[in-house]
Amino acid sequence: YYPPLRPVRSRWLALASYSVMCYLAGVAWFMGLAFEPFTLRTYMSENAMGSTMVEERFPAGERALATGREFAAHKKKVGGMPVDWLVKTMQSRGLEVFTQSFTRKLPFPDENKERYMVRGTNVYGILRAPRAPRTEALVLSAPCSEGNNNNQAVGLLLGLAQYFRSQIHWAKDIIFLVNEHDLIGMQAWLEGYHHTNTTGGDWSPLQGRGGSIQAALSLELSSDVITSLDLVLEGLNGQLPNLDLANLFYAFCQKIGVLCTIQGKLQRNDWDTTSGYSHAAQTMMLMVLKQASGRPWGDHGLFLRYHIEAASIRGINSFRQYKTDTTTIGRLLEGMYRKLNNLLERLHQSYFFYLMPSLSRFVSIGYYMPAFGLLAVILLLRALDLWVQLGASPPGTEDGVAGGVQVSYGPSSPGVLSILTPVVISHMTGVALYTLPILSQEMAVQHFPVSETEAVVLTAIAIYTAGLALPHNTHRLLQGEGTEEGWRVLKLVALLYLAVLLGCTALINFSLGFILALSLVPIAAFITPHTPKALSAAIMVLLSPGCTLLYCVFVFQELQETPVSLQDGWMLFLSVISQGILDHALYGSLVYPLLALLIYPCWLLLWNILFWK
Amino acid sequence: MAAPLTLLLIVAVTIRAVLFRSSLAELIPERVEVVSPLNAWKRVVEGLALLDLGVSPYAGDVFHETPLIIYFFHFVIDYAEIVFMVMTRLVGCVFLLQFRKQKYALEAERYPLDCLELIRTPKEMYYIPLKVAMFYLLNPFTILSCVAKSTCGLNNAVIALFILCTVKGSSLMSAIFLALATYQSIYPLTLFAPALLYLLQRLYIPVNWQRSSFWLFTTQYTFMYLGSLCVMVCLSFFLLSSWDFLSSVYGFILSVPDLTPNIGLFWYFFAEMFEHFRLFFICVFQINVFFYTIPLSIKLKEHPIFLIFMQIAIISIFKSYPTVGDIALYMAFLPAWNHLYRFLRNIFLVSVVLLACSALFPVLWHLWIYAGSANSNFYYAITLLFNVAQILLVSDYFYAYLRREHHLTHGLYLKRKDGSEATLVLK
Repeated sequence: YYPPLRPVRSRWLALASYSVMCYLAGVAWFMGLAFEPFTLRTYMSENAMGSTMVEERFPAGERALATGREFAAHKKKVGGMPVDWLVKTMQSRGLEVFTQSFTRKLPFPDENKERYMVRGTNVYGILRAPRAPRTEALVLSAPCSEGNNNNQAVGLLLGLAQYFRSQIHWAKDIIFLVNEHDLIGMQAWLEGYHHTNTTGGDWSPLQGRGGSIQAALSLELSSDVITSLDLVLEGLNGQLPNLDLANLFYAFCQKIGVLCTIQGKLQRNDWDTTSGYSHAAQTMMLMVLKQASGRPWGDHGLFLRYHIEAASIRGINSFRQYKTDTTTIGRLLEGMYRKLNNLLERLHQSYFFYLMPSLSRFVSIGYYMPAFGLLAVILLLRALDLWVQLGASPPGTEDGVAGGVQVSYGPSSPGVLSILTPVVISHMTGVALYTLPILSQEMAVQHFPVSETEAVVLTAIAIYTAGLALPHNTHRLLQGEGTEEGWRVLKLVALLYLAVLLGCTALINFSLGFILALSLVPIAAFITPHTPKALSAAIMVLLSPGCTLLYCVFVFQELQETPVSLQDGWMLFLSVISQGILDHALYGSLVYPLLALLIYPCWLLLWNILFWK
Repeated sequence: MAAPLTLLLIVAVTIRAVLFRSSLAELIPERVEVVSPLNAWKRVVEGLALLDLGVSPYAGDVFHETPLIIYFFHFVIDYAEIVFMVMTRLVGCVFLLQFRKQKYALEAERYPLDCLELIRTPKEMYYIPLKVAMFYLLNPFTILSCVAKSTCGLNNAVIALFILCTVKGSSLMSAIFLALATYQSIYPLTLFAPALLYLLQRLYIPVNWQRSSFWLFTTQYTFMYLGSLCVMVCLSFFLLSSWDFLSSVYGFILSVPDLTPNIGLFWYFFAEMFEHFRLFFICVFQINVFFYTIPLSIKLKEHPIFLIFMQIAIISIFKSYPTVGDIALYMAFLPAWNHLYRFLRNIFLVSVVLLACSALFPVLWHLWIYAGSANSNFYYAITLLFNVAQILLVSDYFYAYLRREHHLTHGLYLKRKDGSEATLVLK
């Protein structure tokens, strides 16, 4: 026998206090992750890169800068990528040179980068490995960007190519790639290299290939002298490269004496002070927000999809005293490539799931997952409670009969239809949110004075808002009054659905799962038709996925120390939505479909419960 | 009954037709959860191509279906989609028919009075066949399996027909379909015992070793079964004029050479094992599938239909290449046991775990194969959890069934000798 159910009120209170405690514990756990004693020091796990000595001798920084200037001049003359000059220069440095042309029509104009019909060419040269059977390759890439950016990176890339050519150590092909139109070019090149076409782009096939790519670095340098190097790890869908790649970068920065940052933040040693802790916490939260966005934060981001460990290295020139010249950066890259050249198998020894509060510290999956688990357990507790309320015998009790609870037919009794209708309608709204913005842009442009991009974003917001009004109380059409049991079953379904959904999301992209859990778990836990309508509705809207995105934009700007006004923040929010849709269409980022097709309908189910009559 | 059935069929067909035309139709047949090396449509196509070229379809190590199947598809290849739709439809309808014929005697006077609430009213009984059909046709697992054109749908149809014939009491047809099912995948061999028990029960022949009528019928049924099995095997031999298929089909099922991950328990275990233990553990794993027949037949000899359910569930959990289609088959039985609902103890836990695992399979597969950030241990952990949940589900139903029987004979509210309420403990 299990003891008779406690009075409803005290049980509710107990459950509420457990939920609040779990929630607070989850948040506290997460914030504690940035506290240095709770984190681990990074260490090189890969033997092949650990103990071997490398001497860096790259001498030709000045000449690389001169090449960069020459490249800039040709770029200006041609008004884009100077393909012929690049081919000639690479050939003169002894590489096998190939080009790949690509065209891509964006689903709607990208206003941030001002492009719609994209046409470009990638140029790459392969340095064949003299010492091994050429079955593996490494990639060094530099984007050919608009304006005056990144000329130094291309110069250094060519300088390194020339220098590497004269060395005999190489056991892997080294591919020097200059890609146009940043990620679009990179996507075309990678898909060409691997014979895939996941997003329906149009590009010419590659004429030359190296072996299977083991690792890649993308270089971004925009000035002759830099003060620090920033490491960018976050790739498509929040995927991260193996931690050993970050360790390698950090180790060489230490060895050569270059200031290195992550998320643009230097490391600090005063972890026991409040400001030291808040610095680490900010760094970690920036990483969480970037990872949650699911977009590639550098050109390396698309490599990760092909099992290639990759990172972007970005030169930063701020007003610090400490200056580093191009020769030093060249030596750093030489060292890294020499070590990567020693790899006997793909990088796999170290972690793939981690958060970094600083470059020398990391939090692994075992440490951060409990924070999510504590939030998810609230959903399961609530579901269990509802199940008990619905009158079935709770799991684990010895006796099904003894409770004497009358079970009519278990959960299906309120009628499958009254549950199924809101579920179906919510998902239809989700499908509309996913498909309509792009489909209906032409119509919107004809009827309203807006640009295509605005049309897409505003349609999305309109459907999102319309969803709030549309689906609730559909069950009444079918069944008359909704029953008390009806909403309980619906809520049980919604809770389990949300728990599974968030769990899966957190496995693939912890940051996204955690941020969504932070906002959705409270409303999922406490929403009932009996709470005060206006207040609950306001809270629900404030915690809806769309608003969460808005807060994330503001927090991100705040953490980057570039706070924005409300007006600018709103504009930024709109551009973030359009970027999200574009990322999905161009590179196959999954955040937009996840939010539109699954998370939003789930939130609508909860909204339905609030207005259950 | 006809109207909801038509509606159900239309809905089921529509869902499948839509999925066949959508982009998912290319993705689903690649999923290891949905197709196994035995029943993948891609492999059947390969076998057909070899057959057309005049080469034995078993020449490569790709095709592992039985010869009759390949000749069957040889004639209907152009209508494959329709065949698969019809097959699932068939299973649905067959389930519908067989449970209509089920009679649960309302012998109320035989039982203590307070058990009345344990016995189903005719009204409840009325909808069970429809629910069973619905559970099968609208089960996402069945839909996936059908869209992937897994030949598992055919096997399910054969087993369903076998159950139908058995329930109708036609011993010849029952034996033929059982032989066909055995011919397809060996494991349904264990359904021989429940079928025999059921037919004996129908003919009012007690299971008694001393009775000649018992032996007579048993011999008769065994003979029919073995005879038709023999005919099928010989027919296969004459079609291909070689015995290749024996090692390629049955050897493949029993010795488990293909360790592609799936939702079963074999692949990880045998991938990790030292080679010289392999034979021993294969024997252990395979005997495990068949072993439960004996104790279950003894315990459930009065309830052969429930025994069939138990056996199908055990096969689909422990067989060497399970897919979600197999699971759908035994899940279709669950509405037939809805009178056991009140005795189930873990149903919430089990359904949540099954649900979560089904969602986690593709996620962990993605992390392992595409992202490269997880490894096989993650996937196997979920497989293990999934199977534990299934075992819990089946044993929960088994316990509930025994419990109900106990209450039917001893009364619902048990009293101890001293008058206090008693609880039952399963030992």
